[in-house]
Amino acid sequence: MAEFFAALAQHSFLQQALIAGLLASIGCGLIGPFVVVKRIPFLAGGIAHSVLAGMGAALFYGYDPLSGALVAAVISAMLIGWVRLRWHTGEDTAIGALWAIGMAVGILFISRTPGYATDLMSFLFGNILLVPTRELWFMALLDLVLLVTVALFYRPFVAIAFDDEFARLRGVPVDLFYMLLLVLVAVTVVLMIQVVGLILVIALLTLPAAVAGQWTRTLAGMMIGATAFGALLTGSGLALSYAPDLPTGPTIILLAGALYLVSATAASLLARQRAHRAVRATTSHR
Amino acid sequence: MTTVAAPVIDIQRIGFAYGDVPVLEDVSLQVKAGEFLGLVGPNAGGKSTLLKLILGLLSPQRGRLQVLGRAPKQARRHLGYVPQYPTFPRDFPIQVLDVVLMGRLGLGPFWRCALGGWRRAEREIARRTLADVEAGDLAAVPIGSLSGGQLQRVLLARALVGEPEILILDEPTANIDQRMEGEIFELLGRLNNQLTIVVVSHDIGFISSYVSRVACLNRTLVCHRTEAIDGDVIHDLYGEPVRMIGHRHRPHGHPQHG
Repeated sequence: MAEFFAALAQHSFLQQALIAGLLASIGCGLIGPFVVVKRIPFLAGGIAHSVLAGMGAALFYGYDPLSGALVAAVISAMLIGWVRLRWHTGEDTAIGALWAIGMAVGILFISRTPGYATDLMSFLFGNILLVPTRELWFMALLDLVLLVTVALFYRPFVAIAFDDEFARLRGVPVDLFYMLLLVLVAVTVVLMIQVVGLILVIALLTLPAAVAGQWTRTLAGMMIGATAFGALLTGSGLALSYAPDLPTGPTIILLAGALYLVSATAASLLARQRAHRAVRATTSHR
Repeated sequence: MTTVAAPVIDIQRIGFAYGDVPVLEDVSLQVKAGEFLGLVGPNAGGKSTLLKLILGLLSPQRGRLQVLGRAPKQARRHLGYVPQYPTFPRDFPIQVLDVVLMGRLGLGPFWRCALGGWRRAEREIARRTLADVEAGDLAAVPIGSLSGGQLQRVLLARALVGEPEILILDEPTANIDQRMEGEIFELLGRLNNQLTIVVVSHDIGFISSYVSRVACLNRTLVCHRTEAIDGDVIHDLYGEPVRMIGHRHRPHGHPQHG
């Protein structure tokens, strides 16, 4: 660990990696809670995987893979949203299809691009140690988009996440905000790809928010908690993986999984203990 | 009777089917301002469907339906709705006051519904509405830890906080005990001084002592009357003899217990 902090002071690539982790945490804190309470992790997973099509195509035609990812993520978010709003069912099948087709298209493009192997691995599992400064600015811009949109439309987003039928009756344009929410999920996925890769995105999107949800009673509290847990996880994942030279993305995800297990166990133990105490209190009154 | 006020809900010969299953046939119903209408009928008789048509969540295949002189979708914001089952997950991280405040979405211009947070005055109105339904102490309680009766009061507050002209309730007392049921209907009786109420119930004997008129629905409108409901009507409605248990209530008092 000490080795990591010494290196952090010395190497700008580590500092940049740390900043990338923090920028990704903001996205995971703002949008993760919506994904968890609206119960759409599978949908977010579908968007994340279909992004490979955009990255592969961008690579093949010589564009920046991350912009390709953004385009593909937004398109697949809107496709999934359209299927759901239009047909009301069959959403899961559409997500599954998009998930696989997106990856297939991406792999085909990448296989036709020379020197693909390393790129493919970093797309799938992330490479936080190789985030160029330009990309940090891009991530900061995406964070700004998320922050402004969620701050402006916080109430309608909560309303459609909580009870969309009632929101519709109050005249909230539910379909519009649902689409917008999915687009924000797409933006968040792109934000996290550099850090943990598109396969592992789903864990960083949901686990910190789920952990925060076990300890808070409001959505705003969940957002703050998820941001903090996200920052803690990316930071400590980076530090732990540095000395033994482990891949950072999977290290972060394993830490997130461990945190989730510990937190879930502690929360349920605490609830049981509270129930015991409550029962004891009533019997001692008699 | 010199002037006849236009009905606040005007249903003219509507028909509705889910796919090829007819649910409502040739139903006409007028509700006047200030009425307390009880809508009764057997399960799958079309009661909830009729409410959804009034709310504009569904559109009839035949006939005409106007609410407050407008198409139902345009009138929506002036309606308060209490659903039969909570249509939200009970583990959602949200406190009662914020749930109630959602009933104020859609008041004022569009940008007020979309942008920013709640004003202090609106929080105050929500607090007062919670107190009106005798749930003032629940404001900061997470929605997941309410009992059935408490939840029903909160849903009622959410419907009332938007200052509706018509209050629509779908089986508001289906999941709570009888004493609470009486209290809720006493409360609705008081609210009826200010607004029109339409309430769906399967308990024909119980609601008849509270409402000003009962409409019985079993695909078509079977009856439509103010006087007491007798065994023949129930027989027509349910197609078989139903044992009727009398409920007596003193006005604005507590239901009698044995």
